[in-house]
Amino acid sequence: MHPRDIGLDTMSSPIRNAFLPHYLYIPLQQHIGSPAEAVVAPGDVVSRGDVIGKASGYVSVNIHTPLPGKVIAVQDHVTATADRVPTVVIEVEGRFSLKGQVSRQTDAWKSLSRDEIISRMKEHGLVGMGGATFPMHVKYSVPADKKITTLLVNAVECEPFLSADNRLVIEHGEDLVTGIEIALKALGVNRAIIGFEADMPEAVARMRGLVANRSNIEVLVFPVKYPQGAEKQLVKAATGLEVPSGGLPLDIGVVVSNAGSLVALKEAVVDNKPLFERIVTVTGDAVEKPGNYKIAIGTRVADVLAEVGLKKKPARIIIGGPMMGLAQYSDQVPVTKGTSGILVLSARRAAVYRHRPCVRCGKCMTVCPMGLVPLLLVSRVELGMDDEAKKHGLLDCIECGCCSAVCPSERHLSQAIKLGKLRHVAKKREAAGD
Amino acid sequence: MIKYASDDLVVSAAPHVRTRLRVPLVMWVVSATLLPAIAWAGYVFGPWVLVVTAAAVLAAVVTELAITLLLRRPQTVSDGSAFLTGLLVACNMPATGWGVLPLYVPVVASIFAIAVAKHAFGGLGQNWINPALAGRIFVFFAWLPAMTGGWAGSPAFDVVSSATPLNLLKFQSGMMQDGLQAGSQAVLGMRLAPSHGDLFLGLTPGCIGEISAAALLLGGLILILLRIVNWEIPLTYIASTALFSWIFGGLAMTGQAPSFFTGDPLYHVLSGGLMLGAFYMATDWVTTPVSFGGRIVFALGCGILTVLIRLTGSNVEGVSFAIVLMNITVPLIERMFVPRRFGTSEGRAA
Ligand code: SF4
Ligand code: SF4
Repeated sequence: MHPRDIGLDTMSSPIRNAFLPHYLYIPLQQHIGSPAEAVVAPGDVVSRGDVIGKASGYVSVNIHTPLPGKVIAVQDHVTATADRVPTVVIEVEGRFSLKGQVSRQTDAWKSLSRDEIISRMKEHGLVGMGGATFPMHVKYSVPADKKITTLLVNAVECEPFLSADNRLVIEHGEDLVTGIEIALKALGVNRAIIGFEADMPEAVARMRGLVANRSNIEVLVFPVKYPQGAEKQLVKAATGLEVPSGGLPLDIGVVVSNAGSLVALKEAVVDNKPLFERIVTVTGDAVEKPGNYKIAIGTRVADVLAEVGLKKKPARIIIGGPMMGLAQYSDQVPVTKGTSGILVLSARRAAVYRHRPCVRCGKCMTVCPMGLVPLLLVSRVELGMDDEAKKHGLLDCIECGCCSAVCPSERHLSQAIKLGKLRHVAKKREAAGD
Repeated sequence: MIKYASDDLVVSAAPHVRTRLRVPLVMWVVSATLLPAIAWAGYVFGPWVLVVTAAAVLAAVVTELAITLLLRRPQTVSDGSAFLTGLLVACNMPATGWGVLPLYVPVVASIFAIAVAKHAFGGLGQNWINPALAGRIFVFFAWLPAMTGGWAGSPAFDVVSSATPLNLLKFQSGMMQDGLQAGSQAVLGMRLAPSHGDLFLGLTPGCIGEISAAALLLGGLILILLRIVNWEIPLTYIASTALFSWIFGGLAMTGQAPSFFTGDPLYHVLSGGLMLGAFYMATDWVTTPVSFGGRIVFALGCGILTVLIRLTGSNVEGVSFAIVLMNITVPLIERMFVPRRFGTSEGRAA
């Protein structure tokens, strides 16, 4: 599907440093896996970069504070994905200097071993920043029986409207190259491919210039198409190989990391800077000053909106992009490591859709990047025939939303499929006696 | 800064932005593209054409309204599908002079289309047969003379009267077997079949919506550009009809020794409602395959059947019978073209 088909244009603007909020609400769970455990208590004074949550278990990472201040509470708070997550609330105060943030280019990291790099990932709280928030150290600890050949760098925006990766490559190209080299070392492989979309010529030119004299890093440009940035689709475009159904890129020797994650890796390893802020595309027809902002993790959406301004009454606040983002019921949700975008739509842009009967136009099937037949999957899910639906690829759906977006009958296709998947997970849990 | 409350925020599952090409818009756009062809028929054959059209549309819309009210289904008149069905029914009525075609014919056809072909099977999206064609075929058999006898001459042009071009072609070839158009024989001595140019421009007798290939082609191309109608069905249908009529058409002509590859493909393409069928009937979303491959097979089947029926049986009904017969096979075709699921070898390429 071309984003134009549903009237979406992309835009891109330089990264701006955001403002300082008065309060930070830093959730202790911002990643897939077990939540971090609070290591601060109300009354504690913290400074920039301090660990406030310690990884609990293997699939977990540390959480840091981006700003100095005083812990005023450790309490449950809403996040983009859940109602109640243990959260450290910090009243921002004290001084810190932005100078400490200036990035350096040194080769000192080259003396680090693979294991040291991987433990740095966990310590500095690195997760996949394309949206999945899977702890990076787990992904890079490749099981011995898998042979990795290629690091695939995802520089394709994961969704229309979002442009953070584009700007990141343009403005932090060197950091990205260093990040790639560190990642290659961590994986013990020597081949990287950076995948771009054709509508990012400036970023492509920048990166081509930077890797011109490196034979192990290749820049590839793919046609503009959503979901080009989805992991399986990108792997296919870059290598011609399909990740087997139910499998991971690992199974065909590929590790995929998003460009933002690798810049964070560089900052963690070279600059010793934990992941406590990120670039967020703030946009939508209700936003007065849309753009790419570097935002401290824990900043609430309400504070972001106060800063970027609103020119229309918001009807939907979406964390993520228009195709897969999560609509929020509260503007109190904080920006986390996985927040790639904040999309604020007015009622005009965010219609309510009415799930009419299928007219069998076949468009959903034509656009499905996974080769599914959404119209049939959905009728099976609606009839409760989950096993039948599974046979037809229910669990292969990547929830890209293309099917719903093109359906002239406004059917809730990806939504129903998601429901079927949730039911499957619930049943499995039940069976496991959870 | 604009003030808002949490209550202003609507929560919904992604995707949050969708196509503007929704069913009602689609139906109204398709309807609009039919208007030039109907208007042309009105100009050539006189205002009765427009009366018939209005009757068909009105009957379709009223039937839709009555049924949704009776069955307490959600009101669907505004989605435009009943209006379009009525319009298509009208396109399938013979264009006649003032008062020749009784109005109960289009009215009954529309009622049949909406009530039986569409709603008896569960409403929009559930019907297996193209409703407008079902209506046409129903009244065709119910009122044969009215549907076939009254082909009009045009007051505006010197249009050949009383027989449709395809029938003339067949008469010329001496193959008239059915007595249906016996009355038309009178014309034979006087007139030759209309020229290709007449067919293209619509200066020929025929059904309201099928007489002008030019107007239909234009409407069809607009629909393809808007991606409302796929290109594969019209192209395959028209190309295969041309091909098969070229190969086999000569067998049915007796002015010469029966031989292959001597048919008149252009004639078959421009006449007998092929344009209407290819762009507006065989592309109906609901009653045709959803996959690319399936559509090709479907359209190929339509082309073969159309030529077969035209050369051996009823001329005027070739297109409508062919499409309806292929409608029946859609579930079978569909099963042949399951897309291959990503990362598996299951299914076939779509
Ligand atoms: S949401 Fe799932 S079913 Fe729909 S197009 Fe995407 S992958 Fe296919
Ligand atoms: S896009 Fe919608 S209307 Fe078209 S086949 Fe799929 S579900 Fe049916």
